[in-house]
Amino acid sequence: MNATAGLAVRTRGLVRRFAGVAAVDGLDLDVPRGEIFGFLGPNGSGKSTTMRLLCGLLQPTEGTIRVLDYDIPAQAEALRRRIGYMTQRFSLWEDLTVRENLEFMARIFTLEPGHARQRIAAVTSEYRLAEFYGRAAGTLSGGQKQRLALAAATLHDPPLLLLDEPTSAVDPQSRRDFWESLFALIGRGATILVSTHYMDEAERCHGIAILDQGRLVAKGSPQQLMQDLPLHVVEIEAQNMDAARVALRQMPAMRSSAQLGLRLHALFDRDGSDPVAAVQARLNSANVLAKVQATEANLEDVFVTATLRDAKQ
Amino acid sequence: MRLPATLTRIFAIASKERRQMVRDRLTIGMIVMLPLVQIMIFGYGINFDVRQIRTGVVDFANTSASRALITDLEASQVVQVVARPAGAAQLQELITAGEVSAGVYIPPDFERRRISEDRPLAQLLVDGGKPGLEGALRALGSMPVPARKSVAPATPVTFEVLTLYNPERRTAVQVVPPLIGVILNMTMVLFTAIALVRERERGNLELLIMTPLKPVELMIGKLLPYVGVGLIQTTVVLSVGVLLFDVPVNGHLLDLYAGALLFISATLSLGLVISTLAATQFQAMQLAFFTLLPSILLSGFAFPFDGMPRTVQLIAQVLPLTHFVDIVRGVVLRGAGLDQLLGPVAKLGVVLAVSVSLAVLRFRKRLA
Repeated sequence: MNATAGLAVRTRGLVRRFAGVAAVDGLDLDVPRGEIFGFLGPNGSGKSTTMRLLCGLLQPTEGTIRVLDYDIPAQAEALRRRIGYMTQRFSLWEDLTVRENLEFMARIFTLEPGHARQRIAAVTSEYRLAEFYGRAAGTLSGGQKQRLALAAATLHDPPLLLLDEPTSAVDPQSRRDFWESLFALIGRGATILVSTHYMDEAERCHGIAILDQGRLVAKGSPQQLMQDLPLHVVEIEAQNMDAARVALRQMPAMRSSAQLGLRLHALFDRDGSDPVAAVQARLNSANVLAKVQATEANLEDVFVTATLRDAKQ
Repeated sequence: MRLPATLTRIFAIASKERRQMVRDRLTIGMIVMLPLVQIMIFGYGINFDVRQIRTGVVDFANTSASRALITDLEASQVVQVVARPAGAAQLQELITAGEVSAGVYIPPDFERRRISEDRPLAQLLVDGGKPGLEGALRALGSMPVPARKSVAPATPVTFEVLTLYNPERRTAVQVVPPLIGVILNMTMVLFTAIALVRERERGNLELLIMTPLKPVELMIGKLLPYVGVGLIQTTVVLSVGVLLFDVPVNGHLLDLYAGALLFISATLSLGLVISTLAATQFQAMQLAFFTLLPSILLSGFAFPFDGMPRTVQLIAQVLPLTHFVDIVRGVVLRGAGLDQLLGPVAKLGVVLAVSVSLAVLRFRKRLA
């Protein structure tokens, strides 16, 4: 058994610098086969650079990469035939029909004609494209386009899918459908790497990695990360939100706060005291009428904690 | 005082437009470069007063008077003797090959003609397929010969001027064959540049680079249909030229299409290079136009190439159209085969090789 058995992706000490600036900085990544693995991070945190490094499009400055047991970038060409890729933007040809797009991609992946027909029929029915088969891709809705893009990306039955913010342009229902499709692919043994800004999507992943300025700042399963968050989460319902916020800001233990409708969602350092009592006391002394209660951490709390160094600014 | 709402909004649009324009460095460059290049070309390059026409001389008389005549001819600066072929046939070959644009033929009986006859002393041959030459040389027809002892009262004619390939001196004959090149240059460069930039703008390339597709495969695949487009355009222009403008096709069509293929390849790779330089389709169009302009003006298509200063002629060697204009006039009008046009064919080959390597290098780099 070698070190990468059971792993779809393994990087060690991965560094990529652009003009001296590290876009990816010392990344150790293990993605088990058969999982959906999510990349989270603010814009410019190195998610896209990492993806491009993984498929050999960029040369690493330092470090080693193994993807599906290929050494990357040396064996990038062999890898290309075994990955499917989907971009944030619809990248197929809008002036070609659904059918023409699929047939084109089948030829680019040099599928043998009989096999190509069979695969096109399979993805067409799986992603419900039959009724648009002869229509120009440009006339499809966002959700339909996304289904077509996934159909094209999975046409050659790749064991690894790379999805770069794939649900940015679709409505919530289409996103749910899309994730159903992803789990169906996982059920058939695929591994999926997905970058996203949506916390609800990240929560569906088996494992996630949070990147910030090219560094891995948190990794694990979403549940584990939420459980292990070393902070108290408090929600405050107040009449006068601005006053409540001003009052809270003066508490040294507060790490971050965000308004959710009529509630204020705040994170506090664990300093041994009861955060609910402390917040209540602080608001009382500021004459702010409020209801305070402790709550569970969500993934956004994990994300904010991992990526913000000084949340009060 | 407040401006009326309409003006406020108009100025808002105008100042936004100005900002965007200033930030597009290529467009700003074009605003300055286009007039600069144009004025340079028209000011220095184009000269209707043709001088230094490349000429071959056959002097069968070889007397002091005939030599004096040639010296006088050169002193006029209209012609520049660049070759001394052995006979009329060899002179004809040089003209067919495009090595010279004019020829002087001094017959063996030059001395007798000079002393006793009113017949022209010699022949001046002009390639009528090139613009601007014929008029300049015709003016030399009655050049005075000091030593001539004329017996006739009227001013004797020194040279009998023969206009080859275009006896009726029609502009269409001069312009239509190279127009194939101008049109190919325009469409090939523009189409390829736009086609690639469009795929990048729309994100198609981002997807394609993640597939097993290799850059060279992408490049060749993208260009192939345009080769077909180019051949269709060649056929259209040529057919119209023959049917409507009576342009004679004296050479072999095969030679013409082979030359066109070479030229199409060169212009396609030029388009590729442009596509790697331009960020948007608009920029690609500007750059394509920018390369087209000197091609039209300096290639010898519309303005006499022989009239241009030496440096400008050298600059024009970089342009594929310059060589194709030579090839297409040679084949269509002078009936030359490609084997007789090795000069321009080789030069076009060099331009092609350079532009293809440049395109491949830039294309690879731009994709990764």
